Amino acid sequence: MDWKVLLEQAPSGGMTYLGWLWSGLFWTLAVSVCAWVIAFTVGSVVGVLRTAPLRIPRALATAYVELFRNIPLLVQMFLWYFVMPEVVPREWGDWLKQDMPNLLVLPFAAQFSLWEFTAAVLCLGLYTASRVAEQVRSGIQSLPRGQTGAGLAMGFTLPQVYRHVTLPMAYRIIIPPMTSEFLTIFKNSSTALTIGVLELTAQSRQISEYTFKTFEAFTAATLIYIAITMTVILLMRSLEKRVAVPGYIAQGSGH
Amino acid sequence: MTEFDWGVIWKYREALWDGMLTSLKLFAIALTGGIFFGTLLAMARLSHWKAVSAPAAGFVNLIRAIPFIMAIFWFYFLTPMIVSKFTGQQGEAVGPFTSAVVAFIMVESAYYSEIVRAGIQSIPRGQPSAAYALGMNYWQSMGHVVLPQAFRNMLPVMLTQAVILFQDTSLVYVVALKDFLGAASKAGQLTGRIVELYLFVAVVFLVICLAASWGVKRLQASLAVTR
Repeated sequence: MDWKVLLEQAPSGGMTYLGWLWSGLFWTLAVSVCAWVIAFTVGSVVGVLRTAPLRIPRALATAYVELFRNIPLLVQMFLWYFVMPEVVPREWGDWLKQDMPNLLVLPFAAQFSLWEFTAAVLCLGLYTASRVAEQVRSGIQSLPRGQTGAGLAMGFTLPQVYRHVTLPMAYRIIIPPMTSEFLTIFKNSSTALTIGVLELTAQSRQISEYTFKTFEAFTAATLIYIAITMTVILLMRSLEKRVAVPGYIAQGSGH
Repeated sequence: MTEFDWGVIWKYREALWDGMLTSLKLFAIALTGGIFFGTLLAMARLSHWKAVSAPAAGFVNLIRAIPFIMAIFWFYFLTPMIVSKFTGQQGEAVGPFTSAVVAFIMVESAYYSEIVRAGIQSIPRGQPSAAYALGMNYWQSMGHVVLPQAFRNMLPVMLTQAVILFQDTSLVYVVALKDFLGAASKAGQLTGRIVELYLFVAVVFLVICLAASWGVKRLQASLAVTR
């Protein structure tokens, strides 16, 4: 074991190998959080539409879920990154591939362009949206039918029922599975390394290639992944407690 | 917008087929190994002995906390090292396919152990107690009473996980193994026709996985009736 290797000067970026790992962590989190915003928004809309009494939107929402769930994430990553610029008008494709700025201005200097980052975020976000949609749908469907009926009887319109009755309950119920979904996005962000995003896994492999200290490099990255996973789980547990509806959701309905 | 040339798929049909066979082989081995070791891990986790349950829990939680790709890198690195340490062989002790297989079995056994554990816990406590009362030992009660019922309960979840596993086989791309995606990628580099090839890969996966999920749904419905 030679842990001191992580404190040596790395050949690029003007930082140590440990700095490479932090930079990788920064990009892992940046991709995950941006993708999560898309996944949560799109997933909520699709999930609501899957429960709505509207035939065509419901069919479209189902098609969305089936399409994104049944193609491997890695293949989707290649579709966004390699195929998309080729099937849009040529000028757009060239702009995506060549004119997107390099991400050199940011504090964690990266040797990849904004297009790689954007493709990874879009891919992960829209893929995870199909999973989030299923969670939102099952959360809504787990509520007693009477809640919607009561809302309508009170004179709410259907959108108002969703906004003020169904969704506030459903979101509380699905906090544990949604935590898993966020952790899935966080772990899945490592597939972005295949299109050149230097996130945490990519950096640890790069360190192992430069220094031949594979064990140390992988262990460091693994520990960082575990630390983030545990932090997220703890944060979400306290959130779950804080927003719990008294007497409604069983306690300790954790993972 | 470039012109499409779908002929490239026919031209590379043999390479693509070989890639698909590699994917299917990896899938079959990972599935069998994953369920087998996953069951053992689940039994270990439910053991009364801390010395047995704690390491099993640690392994499962560790694997589930890191990305699949990170786990592939780990076992890709560790497997040849450990094998050569035991056999004393240097260099090419195990090939890349074997390392990938070990990685997939390890990761899948962690995932499957969670499914099997839930399955075992879904069996009422009276069942193993009754088996013990009849004079069976631990392995007999597990093998003849608990596991057969548990497997029937968890069959739909296990099959759903199998569909996910089939999709995940594409991740061996990261260690440059020529699976279906890898073969398409290679053909794409040779011909510059990545658009057609990647779209073809996506459609093939979509058709297979849609058909499989539909089958699982039908099975689930028929199980729900018989129970």
